Amino acid sequence: MSKQAQHWEKTRGLLMVTLAIWFVFSIGIFLFGAEMESVGGPFGYPLTYWFTCQGSLGIFVILIFWFANRQEKIDEEFGFSEKGDD
Amino acid sequence: MIKGNFIDNLPKVYGIYTGGFLAFIIIMAIGEQMGMSAKAIGIAFVAFTVAIYAIIGYLSRTAQADAYYVAGRQVPTVFNGMATAADWMSGASFVAMAGGIYFKGYGYMALLVGWTGGYVLVASLLAPYLRKFGCYTVPDFIGTRYGGNLSRFLAVVVLTVASFTYVTAQINATGTIASVALDIPFQYAVYVGLVSILLCSMLGGMRGVTWTQVAQYIVLIIAYLLPVFWISNKMGAGFFPHFMLADEVARIADLEAQFGLGTVTNSAADLATVPKGLAGITKAHSAVNATPWAFISLALAMMMGTASLPHVMMRYFTTPSVKAARKSVGWSLFFIFLLYSSAPMLATLSKLSLIDPNLATGIIGKSISEVQAIDWYQNWNQANLMFVSDFNGNGTLELNEFFMGGKAVVLATPEIAGLPYVISGLVAAGGMAAAMSTADGLILAIANALSHDLYYKIIDPKAETAKRLVVARVLLVVIGFAGATIAAMEIQGILGSVIWAFDFAMSGLFFPLVLGVWWKRANREGAIAGMALGLASGMGYLIWVRNGGSGFLGITQLTFGIFGSAVSLVSMVVVSLITSEPDAATQKMVDEVRVPAGKSILGKH
Repeated sequence: MSKQAQHWEKTRGLLMVTLAIWFVFSIGIFLFGAEMESVGGPFGYPLTYWFTCQGSLGIFVILIFWFANRQEKIDEEFGFSEKGDD
Repeated sequence: MIKGNFIDNLPKVYGIYTGGFLAFIIIMAIGEQMGMSAKAIGIAFVAFTVAIYAIIGYLSRTAQADAYYVAGRQVPTVFNGMATAADWMSGASFVAMAGGIYFKGYGYMALLVGWTGGYVLVASLLAPYLRKFGCYTVPDFIGTRYGGNLSRFLAVVVLTVASFTYVTAQINATGTIASVALDIPFQYAVYVGLVSILLCSMLGGMRGVTWTQVAQYIVLIIAYLLPVFWISNKMGAGFFPHFMLADEVARIADLEAQFGLGTVTNSAADLATVPKGLAGITKAHSAVNATPWAFISLALAMMMGTASLPHVMMRYFTTPSVKAARKSVGWSLFFIFLLYSSAPMLATLSKLSLIDPNLATGIIGKSISEVQAIDWYQNWNQANLMFVSDFNGNGTLELNEFFMGGKAVVLATPEIAGLPYVISGLVAAGGMAAAMSTADGLILAIANALSHDLYYKIIDPKAETAKRLVVARVLLVVIGFAGATIAAMEIQGILGSVIWAFDFAMSGLFFPLVLGVWWKRANREGAIAGMALGLASGMGYLIWVRNGGSGFLGITQLTFGIFGSAVSLVSMVVVSLITSEPDAATQKMVDEVRVPAGKSILGKH
């Protein structure tokens, strides 16, 4: 396999993991909105309410930064990273 | 001033700007104590902030295509994040969102999840690859990746339909705020709003819009957070509301039960006396009140729409590198998160201020005549945003007898909670900033697509830079006036048209964009079918449901993009597979897009 194909393979793997986490917190948990409602969440909010107000939103922020760092590592590993800073 | 080492001085420049704005707020507060009228404060806030944006717009003037279309591709990550957040958060987020949560509770909060989750798709599926492409506009990507004028033209059509639907709502919002703050009729106020918007973008294009959007973000976030923290403190709910409102949320649930929410209802005859557009509290504040599919379908439509809206995507064309584009998406969402996570807190504080009989501000349980004598009630009643009526004739205001417009939750809560008027002026300036920044991004997206893709790439490929930029600016003004004219007619509400814009964008653009990067086999014929059939079927579904059609699979007029994008996906895959695969040059281009290093596909950066 060429270097480029390997790079893309890894990139695609990272995409799948990212989308899986995204799916769980944007869609998956809300299949059980009614069931989670009676469970206590952080800071004493009902769990479903907390996820819609803060939980899912915060997880998305962290997820994007995590994704960006992982992708960076993959690019560096294959020498495809750009020079220069951000 | 905006030359040379301006980029290095950004933190200092915006630091001074923020300090200056805070000083202005303090001066206004002192002015209020010394007897400055509420009207004068309102005018001062709006005029002062708009003047600053206009100055930034003027200083950013440019005659270079690179600066006009993509701000010279040198906007640092964090600042691009702020600009995107302002670009993204519109009048709907600032003025309407907390109101929606106040009235509809859980079912509505799908928008919070949808309007943030979409950024994961932007970061992972699209933004870095489109940045590597080095295009000026979104149709530029479609036209180059798939080739041919028809694909480019269809992308321009989808972009225009979606963005134009969106922009009328934003001009409407600037008009509403300008008419309240400056006390002029709405029909004129929309044009005042429009002129302010054009001042930011006319001379500097994307460069001007970028630096004004950063300034607008700073104003809008201060204007949103300050009242939330202040009210929370004043109510004794805690100094950091986001972590400390659980008791208040529980208290609202108790009060809802006590006041007979859901059991005491109004007759149709009674409701007919309530002014149009106002609503009472009919849904529980924090309980789950929507089916899983209703929640998920709305969230999904908003997420896919986010990843298809050109005015958001083009913000990531301005970063210095692919790496920076990715990180910048994270910063964007962080800055959006600051406001979105506060919206439910504002809705909670606003509702409790109004309904808790133990608080001095609570009005439920007071006598009707007493409520009608309150100053703020009279003001907002006059503005047609608040209404009480003694339906059961017992002389006391019940929960089901109080009605409010969605906009009033953000705009009136500071007054209701007894904050000084200077805060209301600040909130008006924040709402103006939110609506203006989004309108600027949208008008620029449309004008750039028409000038770059339609005029330069299709009609007159030999046009010189100077001529192209003149065309771009003329189009900017024409589109702005068209938008303002339609906004002045007040055809639909702010929130409804914003949601439609997402559905239009996802119907026509989501899969052609994503598959352009992630599926090498996708070809021109497939993309053309995907865009044309996707947009047509989405629009057809909307028209059908609007005209009494029953719809299917629980897809409503707010989520028709799910149907449109499904048609788009299927037609794009089928047509791609039955026609020949893209030529070797195109396949090689896709390979290059997937690697961050090296030259961009178009141009030198």
